[in-house]
Amino acid sequence: MTRSAHRRRVALATTAVLALTLAACSSDDDGGGSEDGRIQLDINGQPPGTDARELAIFEAEVAAFEDAHPDIDIVPHEGFMEPETFNTKIASGELEDVFYVYFTDPARLIEQGYAADITDYLDDVEYLDQVKPELNQVFQDAEGRQYGIPTANYSMGLLYNRDLFEQAGLDPNTPPTTWEEVRTASAAIAELGGGVTGYGECAIENTGGWHLTSEIYSTGGQVATQEGDSWQAAFNTPETTALLENLQAMRWEDNSMGGDQMRSCEDLMIAMGAGQLGMYVAAPDNIPSIVRQYEGTYENLGLGPIPGGQGTLIGGEGYMINADASPEQIEAALTWLQWRFVNPDETERRIQDRLADDQPVGLPMPPTPDIWIDGPTRDSVEALKEANANVPIENVAPFMDAAPTIPGQIEPPSAQEVYALLDNVVQGVLTDENADIGALLDEAETGVNRIYDAL
Amino acid sequence: MAAPTSRRRVTDKVPARRRRSVEKVPAERRRLRDKLPGGRREGGQLPAARWRLLKQDLTAYGFLCAALVVFAFFAWWPAIRNVVLSFQEVNFVRGSSWVGLENFQYIFDDPLFATAWRNSALFSLYALVLGFGVPFVTAVLINEFRHVRAYFRVLVYLPVMLPPVVVALMWRWFYQPDGGLINEVLGTVGLPTSEWINSPDTSLIALVIVSTWANMGSATLIYLAALQTIPGELYESAELDGAGIFKRLWHVTIPQTRFVILMLLLMQVIATMQVFTEPFVMTGGGPQDSTVTVMLLVYRYAFQYNNFGAASAMSLLLLLVLAVFSAAYLRVTRSRQI
Repeated sequence: MTRSAHRRRVALATTAVLALTLAACSSDDDGGGSEDGRIQLDINGQPPGTDARELAIFEAEVAAFEDAHPDIDIVPHEGFMEPETFNTKIASGELEDVFYVYFTDPARLIEQGYAADITDYLDDVEYLDQVKPELNQVFQDAEGRQYGIPTANYSMGLLYNRDLFEQAGLDPNTPPTTWEEVRTASAAIAELGGGVTGYGECAIENTGGWHLTSEIYSTGGQVATQEGDSWQAAFNTPETTALLENLQAMRWEDNSMGGDQMRSCEDLMIAMGAGQLGMYVAAPDNIPSIVRQYEGTYENLGLGPIPGGQGTLIGGEGYMINADASPEQIEAALTWLQWRFVNPDETERRIQDRLADDQPVGLPMPPTPDIWIDGPTRDSVEALKEANANVPIENVAPFMDAAPTIPGQIEPPSAQEVYALLDNVVQGVLTDENADIGALLDEAETGVNRIYDAL
Repeated sequence: MAAPTSRRRVTDKVPARRRRSVEKVPAERRRLRDKLPGGRREGGQLPAARWRLLKQDLTAYGFLCAALVVFAFFAWWPAIRNVVLSFQEVNFVRGSSWVGLENFQYIFDDPLFATAWRNSALFSLYALVLGFGVPFVTAVLINEFRHVRAYFRVLVYLPVMLPPVVVALMWRWFYQPDGGLINEVLGTVGLPTSEWINSPDTSLIALVIVSTWANMGSATLIYLAALQTIPGELYESAELDGAGIFKRLWHVTIPQTRFVILMLLLMQVIATMQVFTEPFVMTGGGPQDSTVTVMLLVYRYAFQYNNFGAASAMSLLLLLVLAVFSAAYLRVTRSRQI
């Protein structure tokens, strides 16, 4: 090769690389209408390729929807809500037309104007009036305008290992219903030895505060109360103190929680799957995760109501629609979301698909999510669920039976900031034998009020 | 061991800056330049010769441009954006608005502000005390093993090749208070065990140990390279003068590697002030905020509280602090040189 030919090649290659870079940076035109006149709808919520079974279900659902709605072209994207990439996608205009959110997200996304106001389109959405109003409220602003559709709803209960209960001489069909009973059961299970601990608590990355919130609700307490326009911390009460003293006694007096306390909720799921943990506070969606990822079994996992039973934290998921979406896209998006998630008409087919695929049926999750108000819709879904269950639903019966009597409450405002402060309370109790609970609560209260004053 | 004498003579007489320029300019170009009227650096060259020179440099400029574009896109532009963002309330749909110093007010008002800076500074300090000497001593030791040096080099460098998150997760297991590797070993040999990351008193130190273990490989390799440039005669004459091993270390090794030591110290402070992976993966900032660092707060502001303005303001502050520190450090150490 001569030198000049070589140089030409270098120049060509450089040009090509630059051109590619620029092409990659420019976003493609996304008007929503495709050439064949179909409405193009970019959605996320596609399960990762590593979860082959869920992915197959998802793809079959998209295909079935497109068959039934030939005017809509669904373009699926992998992933759910990842805070690290979400803002980048918004900033670059790459956010999908329909995007997944947790119940924690809508309040700030509405405030920042990232989601479309869909209130005027909702009259045509079938069955939406059968969804629990408090779930729709998660997606509404102060004026009652709605910006998203709830698709699943979880409340927290007490997840426990039935085998360990039996070995420790406890009745696996009657899980503890008060925090004192949790303490007794935890001590009994820890007696088994071999590294088994009775009770576990998530404590890091704001999960400590998140779970403490649920536990404060369980005593009938509140994390924050509203007075006029302003919010105030409301958790510094004798009930919360008693709750934490009970936790302190489990950790230090009975020594039934083990030594490692800087654990995430995932660490607890791993321990639960491995049969090393007796109980922890969790929502029902933890059950299939433990079975699928951490070698637990449906037979061995039981779910009871949250101890205390005066209230519990509800969480859940749903979808919002991009603020940039055209009216046609909003209509198409609502058609998709209703068909896919708010649709008792398809429940039976979905149950059969899952049964054929050996996927769990019988839990309060898709295909039988717990989102319906009392009435014929709920009754029919529940009847289908019970008739077709392939997991032992009696194991979650204590939770389901108590659920109607336990009021579900949503998260406090500025939830993540508040959880970060409450994390400290939980960590203080769990890592410092001489922790002063009163002082920890005072400090957290000051911090939370500071956050609310700045709102 | 001894360096060739001719090279040593050059090294001794030509000042560092000039030496480099003499060596780097290719012979062909030097000849060309010398032929030009008006001496080496003045203008007014013959157009044809100038054009040839330019043409010869085109490829170099081309490559330089590519590097500049990459730097501009991925380093300078984001840095400038960061400065802009720190004075804005960031909204990616409605557009951001200027808010003056509000973001700085917000971070100053955060009760964790002081905690985070103190923890980061302590982390850097502990990392200096615990970790700074270790790679140097390791390098000196490895340098003594002539035949298995390569083997030790790989061994010491291995942790650097492990993904940082894997290292952090692995050490979480080592640190388990009951049944963890470290407490088991300590207990077996009769030493006191510790709660490690489970206690606010020891958590920061525990993270420093992980970070030192994971990062010392690079510094060790750099020291090893520096040690090998020390002329053997220096040790010989020191030995003849009756210097023992510590005297030789003090009077020969350390002065000869002084520049590398000072540079690595600066780089280590800059790196450890930005510690993030270890607290993020291992403790989430706990227990009781004992491992909340500046970068961890930046992460929380941006991705948990969705406040990109505050995150940028904090980053800018860290940049300024480190820039001022580096400038002061370089000034002090330079004036002491010679």
